[in-house]
Amino acid sequence: MWRIIHQFGSPKGFYDFSARLQPWFWAAAVLLLLTGSLWGLLYAPADYQQGDSFRIIYVHVPAALLAQSAFVGLAVAAVIFLVWKIKVADMAASVMAPFGAAMTFVALFSGAVWGVPTWGTWWVWDARLTSMLILLFLFFGIIALRGAFTHRDSGSRAASVLAIVGVINIPIIKYSVEWWNTLHQPATFSVTERPSMPAEMWMPLLLMVLGFYCFFIALTLMRTRNEILRRESNKRWVRELVRGQ
Amino acid sequence: MREVDLAVLREPGGGLVVAWMATLRRDLMLRLRRRSEVMNPLVFFALVITLFPLGIAPKADLLATIAPGLLWVAALLATLLSMDSLFRADFDDGSLEQLMLCPQPLALMALAKVAGHWLLTGLPLALMAPLLGILLSLPTGSYGVLSLSLAVGSASLSLVGAIGAALTVGLVRGGVLLSLLVLPLYIPVLIFGTGAVQAAVAGSDVAPHLAILGAMLAAALMLAPWAIAASLRISING
Repeated sequence: MWRIIHQFGSPKGFYDFSARLQPWFWAAAVLLLLTGSLWGLLYAPADYQQGDSFRIIYVHVPAALLAQSAFVGLAVAAVIFLVWKIKVADMAASVMAPFGAAMTFVALFSGAVWGVPTWGTWWVWDARLTSMLILLFLFFGIIALRGAFTHRDSGSRAASVLAIVGVINIPIIKYSVEWWNTLHQPATFSVTERPSMPAEMWMPLLLMVLGFYCFFIALTLMRTRNEILRRESNKRWVRELVRGQ
Repeated sequence: MREVDLAVLREPGGGLVVAWMATLRRDLMLRLRRRSEVMNPLVFFALVITLFPLGIAPKADLLATIAPGLLWVAALLATLLSMDSLFRADFDDGSLEQLMLCPQPLALMALAKVAGHWLLTGLPLALMAPLLGILLSLPTGSYGVLSLSLAVGSASLSLVGAIGAALTVGLVRGGVLLSLLVLPLYIPVLIFGTGAVQAAVAGSDVAPHLAILGAMLAAALMLAPWAIAASLRISING
């Protein structure tokens, strides 16, 4: 058991293993995203209230889900790195953080664009919007902390500690923001309660969500492989690999 | 300071109370010798509160409605500003390394330093807040709750902020980064702190808000020292 983990967790082992895994995820991502977006944008029926503007959901919901998953992934990688000192976990964490920040921004931006036709405003201090905004700041903090250290290993460990502190705080922040919102203003718009959708609407959404996840995994694998090559560039196997090409 | 048998201190777990009190006393003494550092957050607090009537409008009813939030945000920023100096001096002169080398657990020693910080930053801010509340014509009857919520809340702020301070103590310019790291984590405390004061103004029950502030303090007391200790080890061992 431990030998398998160590073999998989070593940079070279992960590099070889992910090379076999990567094409499948790319293929699945392209296939799912293409079908999902074509189906969602062209064939799914328009909403009886929102018209065509509801189609933003096919970008908005997957991005929001992915943003939260990326933070959890970041924290899991941080624990693996701090407890078992597996370097690959930290490399994965370092590429997941900017991706998570980007997804949070996409979710916020698409939500704002969606808000104009439906709510008549770009921004409301709704509980969900606010907690997504705070999530974005947490991502920024982790990225900035990692970059602030001149010594890479300290930066990695500091960012890992912050990711774990952040993931413990996210539920607290989420619930307190919800409490705050219900205290201050009655919910004028409810994002949480959506009318149940017919199947031809949510099927493409499901495909898009799966597609986004496959894209996330594929991109993380690819960028982790690059990170491995960059950090291990003085190792012999990397040199031989480069020379061999 | 009381004479302590050194052999007792070296035993693991032995002399924990003695070491903890000694760390706290040393921190308080050092801070009290640099009076301006104790005064600065308080002056900052008063100044920021002065800016708001000038920036918005000197209307009593308008100020009274936003006073709970203003007082809490200003106090929060004042705590944040003082956070950077928590470990800085000890890091520069090497006494932080000595603290790590002592046989008592680092998490608890760090807790003593945070306690010292709270006693001379959070507590004075909480005691001063009613004075500034008068300036903002905060309705009478909410002053006690304001002080109490700030006293309990600022202890959580000190604990959470100390994690950020420990993470950034090794960096040359950690100040701005520290606020970027810590401010998002301050939000729950701010929400329930202002909630308590607003409830007091509205005349409704303040106990739930204060209970949650206390619960957050309990959770922070339990978890933050470990994170602070781990962060200090990272900052010092490099």
